[in-house]
Amino acid sequence: MGRKEMIAMLLAGGEGKRLGVLTKDLAKPAVYFGGKYRIIDFALSNCAHSGIDTVGVLTQYQPLELNRYLGIGSPWGLDRRDGGMAILPPHVKQKGGVWYKGTANAIYQNMAFIERYNPEYVLVISGDHIYKMDYEQMLGHHKRSGADVTIAGIAVDWKEAGRFGLMHVDDEDKITAFEEKPKTPTSNIASMGVYIFTWKTLQKYLIYDEASRSSSHDFGKDVIPAMMRDGLKLHCYPFKGYWKDVGTIESLWEANMDLLADEAPLDLSDPKWRIYSVSPNRPAQYIAPTARVRSSLVTEGCSLEGSVERSVLFYGVQAGPDSHIAESVVMPGVRIGAGARIFRAIIGEGAVVQAGVTIGDPEDDAITVVAVEQYVTADHLLKEVEQR
Amino acid sequence: MRHQLMGVINLIHETDELERLTQGRCLATVPFGARYRLIDFVLSSMVNSGISKVAVFAHTKYRSLMDHLGSGKHWDLQHRQSGLFILPPATDDIQEISRGDLYHFYQHRDYFNRSPLEYVVITRSHMVCNIDFAKVLRFHKENEADVTVVCKRHDGSLPGKARKVKMDEAGRITAMQDHYGRMLSDTSSMEMYLMRKDLLMDLVETSLAQGQDHLVRHAIFSRLGQLKVFGYAYDGYLGVVNTLASYYEHNMSLLQPDVWRSLFYKPGTIFTKVKDEPPARYAGSSHVANSLIANGCRIEGTVINSVLFRGVHVRRGAVVKDSIVMQNGTIGEGSFIQYSILDKDVTVKRETDVRGAEGTPFLAAKRKVI
Repeated sequence: MGRKEMIAMLLAGGEGKRLGVLTKDLAKPAVYFGGKYRIIDFALSNCAHSGIDTVGVLTQYQPLELNRYLGIGSPWGLDRRDGGMAILPPHVKQKGGVWYKGTANAIYQNMAFIERYNPEYVLVISGDHIYKMDYEQMLGHHKRSGADVTIAGIAVDWKEAGRFGLMHVDDEDKITAFEEKPKTPTSNIASMGVYIFTWKTLQKYLIYDEASRSSSHDFGKDVIPAMMRDGLKLHCYPFKGYWKDVGTIESLWEANMDLLADEAPLDLSDPKWRIYSVSPNRPAQYIAPTARVRSSLVTEGCSLEGSVERSVLFYGVQAGPDSHIAESVVMPGVRIGAGARIFRAIIGEGAVVQAGVTIGDPEDDAITVVAVEQYVTADHLLKEVEQR
Repeated sequence: MRHQLMGVINLIHETDELERLTQGRCLATVPFGARYRLIDFVLSSMVNSGISKVAVFAHTKYRSLMDHLGSGKHWDLQHRQSGLFILPPATDDIQEISRGDLYHFYQHRDYFNRSPLEYVVITRSHMVCNIDFAKVLRFHKENEADVTVVCKRHDGSLPGKARKVKMDEAGRITAMQDHYGRMLSDTSSMEMYLMRKDLLMDLVETSLAQGQDHLVRHAIFSRLGQLKVFGYAYDGYLGVVNTLASYYEHNMSLLQPDVWRSLFYKPGTIFTKVKDEPPARYAGSSHVANSLIANGCRIEGTVINSVLFRGVHVRRGAVVKDSIVMQNGTIGEGSFIQYSILDKDVTVKRETDVRGAEGTPFLAAKRKVI
């Protein structure tokens, strides 16, 4: 098998706890986003457009739906004879096996996979983020700087900085300090969780990290700090563009709403950088004479008879006459009865909202979430309220 | 499950009066219904009926056909042992290309002979329908027919040009004739013929030996007395799309919700080549009513009673009424179009009026700038 210059390892085992009912039976990377995509489509499409043809996808939490979705990687051009996509779940070895203990351990357990391709560089990314990025350019940066590790960084809001791994950099983008989720941030350049490692160096540190009893086997908490301590050359690749961690209900909703702006910060229609996904192959959307659709994204297979404003509708949504949907994200196959009113909500796949039911409150900023395949009747809502 | 049926989509000498819509493409790949090509309907029907081996007898202008069908994987026809086969004319002499379909079947007889499948269904590409061929096969066997012809009974006139058939009470076809004949009949042939493969090969060889070239007109018409030819009544939606008027009319009938729901979904889903277009984007200034809109469209203006294919951009203040706009069309600011069919990549500049008349739509050729 030929040698690969760089292969990608995509961490897709995240549970996405803070997404609540949306990730009950689903890994976070498989959560729907943007009318026809799942979160992982962005990282995979980036690989496809960056000329990366070998991707190991590390799965752990609720992989059934994700595995089915990924298949053999055809939609992302990753059904290759030499390389392509491989799904890498935790597995049993002769000396027993364990779950992935952390991000670094997940890569450690799959060193044999990486060795098969004998790459010079390994790109480590996660399936949790919405962004478009050319990893080939980042590799160029990595080679030019002669760094051992290059970490993509983006300037974030100071208020939110404490949620991320933060970097201090000098004039030449060399990282001078790295802190993982500090309480009082002293920098606002956040690690995007996109790393390029020179493989031989990473391999050494993975083995070293695995042997450490005190390590939590995480890139941000353990491996990167260890490399800093040893004086390795770590560089930051400054990224300017849209990047969003959609780890919470609020951020997932916000990122969907971001797509509706007239000059959307994330352009989904760039013919040179299409976001690939598994197409449901449904007929074109039918907009009835009674419908009113404004400032929204609507996908094939929808049949709309009511009004839709500032919302993102996935494929196969049916909305009856006099229904009203505003500032909401409606996932595939949802049926909304006549006269139902939905404000600021995320409606899970296949849910049914009975005629006349109201979900959410236009006066309230809170976001209501309806679980996958939930059947919402007026009674049911009443019960929910009482329970609170 | 194993199937005994192989499919043949016969594009040789299809009746085509679609004017400039087929200037650079064959009838089979004429865009239809906001995101499909005509051939998608019969091809998807075959796949949904469990047919896993389909041959497309290409004839002329088949670049767009090859591009559209590719390896067949979008219809799940990329298999180890079967799948999709595109068979262009195989002739020594270029003059032979214009010969009838029997000649071309004969040239490709190895394709039939090599297959272990017992039955074959031969169709055209321009019948927009959603049909279960497994039922047709069952009907064929129950009636111990030699040939089963799929037919559609209709009230009044059927747009498009289709052959007419006459059946007796038992369902046996007693007479057939081309669309221009004066025979009174409320039943049209959907040009789908199911028979045993060995009968087909026999008809091909015998007819050719008798100096005849055409499957239906020669091999079947003339043998209605000898062969048991039965009519199977299809009761779903049918669009015979081979004239410009029927093309327009059948696109518009997709705006009826019951047609939309049945034609695309029942009994199986109609598939097409996947394009990774983003969801359609409706601006704050958009007004859309009674229309079919495909993914990738950007709508800033008004769209009424229209069918918009993937990637169409209707700019602010533009009005599109009673029209069909194909892939990547752009309607400039303040323009007005009505009763028009715009082929792919047509640009209507700003403040421009484009109007056809009811019944005679205006047709703009591919890549035209108006």
